[in-house]
Amino acid sequence: MEKFTVHTGRGAPLRRSNVDTDQIIPAEYLKRVTRTGFADGLFAAWRSDPSFVLNLPQYANVSVLVAGPDFGTGSSREHAVWALQDYGFRAVISPRFGDIFRGNALKGGLLPVELPQDAVDWLWDQLEANPDMPITVDLHAREVRAGEKTWPFPLDDFSRWRLLEGLDDIGLTLRHEADITAYEERRADWLPRTIPAL
Amino acid sequence: MGRTLAEKVWDDHLVRSAPGEPDLLYIDLHLLHEVTSPQAFDGLRLAGRKVRRPELTLATEDHNTPTDNLLQIVDPISRKQIETLRRNCEEFGIRLHPLGDAEQGIVHVIGPQLGLTQPGMTIVCGDSHTSTHGAFGALAFGIGTSEVEHVLATQTLPQAKLKTMSVTATGQLREGVTAKDLILALISQVGTGGGRGHVVEYRGEAFSSLSMEGRMTVANMSIEWGAKAGMFAPDDTTFAYLEGRPHAPRGAAWERALDYWRSLATDPDATFDTEVVLDASAVSPFVTWGTNPGQGVPLDGAVPDPASFTDPVERAAAERALQYMDLEPGTPMRDIAVDVVFLGSCTNGRIEDLRAAAEVLRGRKVAPGVKMMVVPGSAKVRAQAEAEGLHEVFIKAGAEWRFAGCSMCLGMNPDKLTPGARSASTSNRNFEGRQGPGGRTHLVSPPVAAATAIVGRLAAPSDL
Repeated sequence: MEKFTVHTGRGAPLRRSNVDTDQIIPAEYLKRVTRTGFADGLFAAWRSDPSFVLNLPQYANVSVLVAGPDFGTGSSREHAVWALQDYGFRAVISPRFGDIFRGNALKGGLLPVELPQDAVDWLWDQLEANPDMPITVDLHAREVRAGEKTWPFPLDDFSRWRLLEGLDDIGLTLRHEADITAYEERRADWLPRTIPAL
Repeated sequence: MGRTLAEKVWDDHLVRSAPGEPDLLYIDLHLLHEVTSPQAFDGLRLAGRKVRRPELTLATEDHNTPTDNLLQIVDPISRKQIETLRRNCEEFGIRLHPLGDAEQGIVHVIGPQLGLTQPGMTIVCGDSHTSTHGAFGALAFGIGTSEVEHVLATQTLPQAKLKTMSVTATGQLREGVTAKDLILALISQVGTGGGRGHVVEYRGEAFSSLSMEGRMTVANMSIEWGAKAGMFAPDDTTFAYLEGRPHAPRGAAWERALDYWRSLATDPDATFDTEVVLDASAVSPFVTWGTNPGQGVPLDGAVPDPASFTDPVERAAAERALQYMDLEPGTPMRDIAVDVVFLGSCTNGRIEDLRAAAEVLRGRKVAPGVKMMVVPGSAKVRAQAEAEGLHEVFIKAGAEWRFAGCSMCLGMNPDKLTPGARSASTSNRNFEGRQGPGGRTHLVSPPVAAATAIVGRLAAPSDL
């Protein structure tokens, strides 16, 4: 996984709530068997509208998405995270995220940043007035800085450490393989198997 | 202090718990389908890893499959994804129920049907509607592809402790009101983010008196209000459903399992972090008007005026939804005409759902100009419906009788709404374009779907 420490970039104001993962990337794009190349599917339906925020020249080369509450609800598709990353986003700011999307983003190194609605409102207004305003997302300090403002954001210590170090979850878990084997030895014998035991 | 059902299942799956780290949970059953697994298998190959417990893993083909035939997947990209799953299952030794197999079907329909879904288990799948299995008292939730790879490699998942929530439905459901109406009414009350960070337990008489099919409908839509998982305490209804199923324990093992399952119910002195109460006796047939499952009203109601929302975020969402749905505020819901009726999905594609719709359609006709599709949730549900003669009721009424799959729930296979078309759908999501680009979806129960097909406008059986 790519490390995340401090990122400074330009922001895109997405004035919408309940941006579900079907909007982030429609099902049609999920037929692919690769992990990259999803940028063209990002917000595919909305991007057909020339006035959509990502189609405006002032929001070219953005890397921080600022959205309304309940971003990433719905389908578990991790393709939503891949599409945002392939497009160039490193962080998404929203007052509230869907749990599965948030987990997927943390796994992949796309930082889900939870800020209150008044901070999001301020960022929307500023980004519309001054699209070049840089936004800094600082994972060390767990804060967002923009203009004269600074907001702390919540993230548990373990997730923060994994992101700062760019660690792979499977590798971390396999350090505890003896615990897994010990657990398997005490599982109940009635639990179902899909095929006879190997 | 006593523990809740969710806490008991969690504790019994702890492989490892350390301060400052997420708990490591053992996973009893991992379900796979073609869409969210290919990149996970690629990851295993790249790292030279194997599937740790193929015998705790099951795959099926459902999202991309056609429902008009069992032989041909016309779209080459869909075909490639299906072929990739078949190759991966062969390479890693995983049981697969492919298109045409007697056990093929929607992943969340076949698990319970095979008796693989049992109380007290941990069940995951790269699909958000994995919450369905919580109907049995299992802790079941959807995961992303990175987590699919993690479970394949380790049969475990690191999970941060979750908060617990109870939803208590007081009173009894009125005649003609279904589990779908109950869950749609709940979501409209609590909002799409209301369950965030919680494992929910559905309690109270209106929930516990539901059949297993009804419980699955409710648990299925837990994710639509943001809950991590939704559970029902296992009881005699659960045990009666399970007994004799292919993978259910037998003989002495059944008795031991029963003793354990009976111990799982929330202790009387346990407490929940959050408590919600819903008056079930006030719920009537419920339908959605907007573009998220929380935007719903009773069928007796009307399209709301965005100005009536005090919260500016909700008001903006309502304005946008009405524009997308091409609806005017104040329009009675019963005045909304539909082009398509879809009966099926992991929410409402089980035998009881088909029976409920057939009862309404028997001896009646689908309205001219309306296309109705009936898509069983699994090949077994289809066979059962045919054994009961339900397919003849649907066909005589003018509906299409299809093969099993996800079908028009998600706009991924050939079953899609055309741009601008409006559906009444027994599925779970009314998101923009969910059933096809530009399509407009109203979520409904199976009886409302059937009545709507006959009238051509949103309707309940009592309107006929």
